[in-house]
Amino acid sequence: MSNLWSSILSPLFVFAVFRVMTPILYPALGAGISGLSGSLNIALEGIMLVSALMGVIISAVSQSLILAVAGAIAAGLLVALVLAFVHLNLKADIVLAGIALNLFASGFTVFLLYLTAKSKGNSAALKSLMMPTLAIPLVKDIPVVGQMLSGHNILTYIALLAVPVYWVIVNKTPLGLRIRAVGQSPDAAISTGIRPDVIKLKALLISGVFASLGGIYLSMGYSSAFGRDMTAGRGFIALAVAVVAQNKPLRTLLYGFLFAAMFTFAVYLGSIKFPTELIQTIPYLMTVIVLVVYCLIGRRRPRPLQPAEKDASEKPA
Amino acid sequence: MKIEIDDFIVRYFTLIRTVIAILIGIAISVGIIILLVASPGGSITSFLLGPFSTLSRIGNIFEKASPIILCGLAIAVSFQAGQFNIGAEGSLVLGACAGTAFGLAFHGPVWLEIPFVLIVAAIVGGLWSLIPGLLKAKLGADEVVVTLLMNYVAFYLAIYVVNNLIRDPNAGFMASWTLPESAWLRQFIPGTRVHWGIVLGFALVGVVQYFLYSTSLGYEIRMTGFNLSFARYTGVNIVKIIVISAFITGVLAGIGGMTEIMGIHHRFNWQMSPGMGWDGVVVAIIARNNPILVVFAALFLSYLRVGGQILTISSSVPAEMVNIIQSIIIILITAEAFLASWKTRVSIRRSLSARAAA
Repeated sequence: MSNLWSSILSPLFVFAVFRVMTPILYPALGAGISGLSGSLNIALEGIMLVSALMGVIISAVSQSLILAVAGAIAAGLLVALVLAFVHLNLKADIVLAGIALNLFASGFTVFLLYLTAKSKGNSAALKSLMMPTLAIPLVKDIPVVGQMLSGHNILTYIALLAVPVYWVIVNKTPLGLRIRAVGQSPDAAISTGIRPDVIKLKALLISGVFASLGGIYLSMGYSSAFGRDMTAGRGFIALAVAVVAQNKPLRTLLYGFLFAAMFTFAVYLGSIKFPTELIQTIPYLMTVIVLVVYCLIGRRRPRPLQPAEKDASEKPA
Repeated sequence: MKIEIDDFIVRYFTLIRTVIAILIGIAISVGIIILLVASPGGSITSFLLGPFSTLSRIGNIFEKASPIILCGLAIAVSFQAGQFNIGAEGSLVLGACAGTAFGLAFHGPVWLEIPFVLIVAAIVGGLWSLIPGLLKAKLGADEVVVTLLMNYVAFYLAIYVVNNLIRDPNAGFMASWTLPESAWLRQFIPGTRVHWGIVLGFALVGVVQYFLYSTSLGYEIRMTGFNLSFARYTGVNIVKIIVISAFITGVLAGIGGMTEIMGIHHRFNWQMSPGMGWDGVVVAIIARNNPILVVFAALFLSYLRVGGQILTISSSVPAEMVNIIQSIIIILITAEAFLASWKTRVSIRRSLSARAAA
């Protein structure tokens, strides 16, 4: 037990939290921006999965990180574009379209994995690259803080940078204003000449870029290969984070960190012979509990954060 | 003649649309095979016709379809209520796990074992699904997110129970003890593994069909899904409807998972979540939440799966191709506007020619 506490109080714990947080923070920002425009992007999970595999395949073939990142983002954007097209042009319900795309991504990645790596489990047979880690000058020499903050994968730092970028997009650009306008009141937005579909499309595409980065991190940073269904529900956890954070960037970061800390703590519980299977339920269970507590607290006040103002007459399929 | 064709198109538009979506899906799969296989002719034939080539393969279609029918029904009930409760996968795994554990511990009269095991699976599945239902109805927690997350919790909980309470250490892999034969659903067609689960499935299709379309509670469920505000305005207790529909979803999924174990595996041996709950979503979408059509959609999906397996054996095309085309098919079916302009054109032409005739 004392071992457990000493390992949690060590700087390595905080280091691990950043690692765990990165692939949640990206899709959470993605969920946030599409949520602001009024669409619940269930497909984040699938977008991450596709990008994770494309990054691995392209880096293995080209041995170029830039090509890999560009290709993976392009693939993620393509999935987001399909979602937007099917939802906005073909009028499919976004939840059903999202579920369909997740099923597609799960099957498609295994399909492609088998064709390229001759395995249905992982991409170990491919000589794929890793995104580099970064030692931050000066900071790395500070005793405790250095161990926590320096030496992370470059995508972890980009994730931290993505938070202010998100803030700027949402609060300081015309697009951000329009996204919020469309999300809060599509009719009012139309009356000022905004076309909600175009704005929602843009929000979904930005959301796709965020999710793609999360996917790339999973297969080229967090882990060194692609694994079947390796996103393991992070896209769904991200949706919950965005709801609790009310789509606000700083809160997304804080909740992302908090969730990641809980998940990391759960992993550390393994050292005191806590049953592994139960440890694996913790991230999902915790997320549900936090969501429930949030709803309990928020029950008395109006909730502007509902991802989509669902038309009551809307009916699945 | 022209008018009759137009009439037909307008009347059966939804059906025609579904068929076209399916044909597009099959065309894409043929395209994939042509791309990947040097001499594709044989592969295409074995993918499309292989499932009908032997009795055992035809049997495979029905074996696979039987849990999918139940999961499709499960999802259809929630979707009819306008709830995106996609927790069938979790209810199925947890229900099957609880039912298996109960079956292993059961010491009562032999003839009671099958109904009791099924009831336990149904109740556990139903209670599990009740959680997101209550959270949605009472707190407004989004049922999509909650059920997606709870599916993971359910699977790991089930694995925990299997590993710690009912694991057969001699199996060589993670599996429960084998159920006593008194808990097996008999396979009744020689040469196949088709078991009584499919008969139960058909019976429950009838029950759900009757429930949804011939009882007042079923009517309230459909009304809530059709127009929530209207339902509330006319005095429907929305909270009750959401909770009940979630419970029914879990019950049906729990039974679906349990019959698969009682009829095929005879022990809990899922190393990963079996995915039949997701097949249920696919099937419910293809069937447009109609219980009777769920049967056909489930048989169709199983047919594709069997075809995919035959294809994998005879060529280098992985069976996951089926997952790709099934997603394309349901995307096209959920896309309300897909072919809608065609329907509009036909409708206009029809009314114009009807007026000209008059």
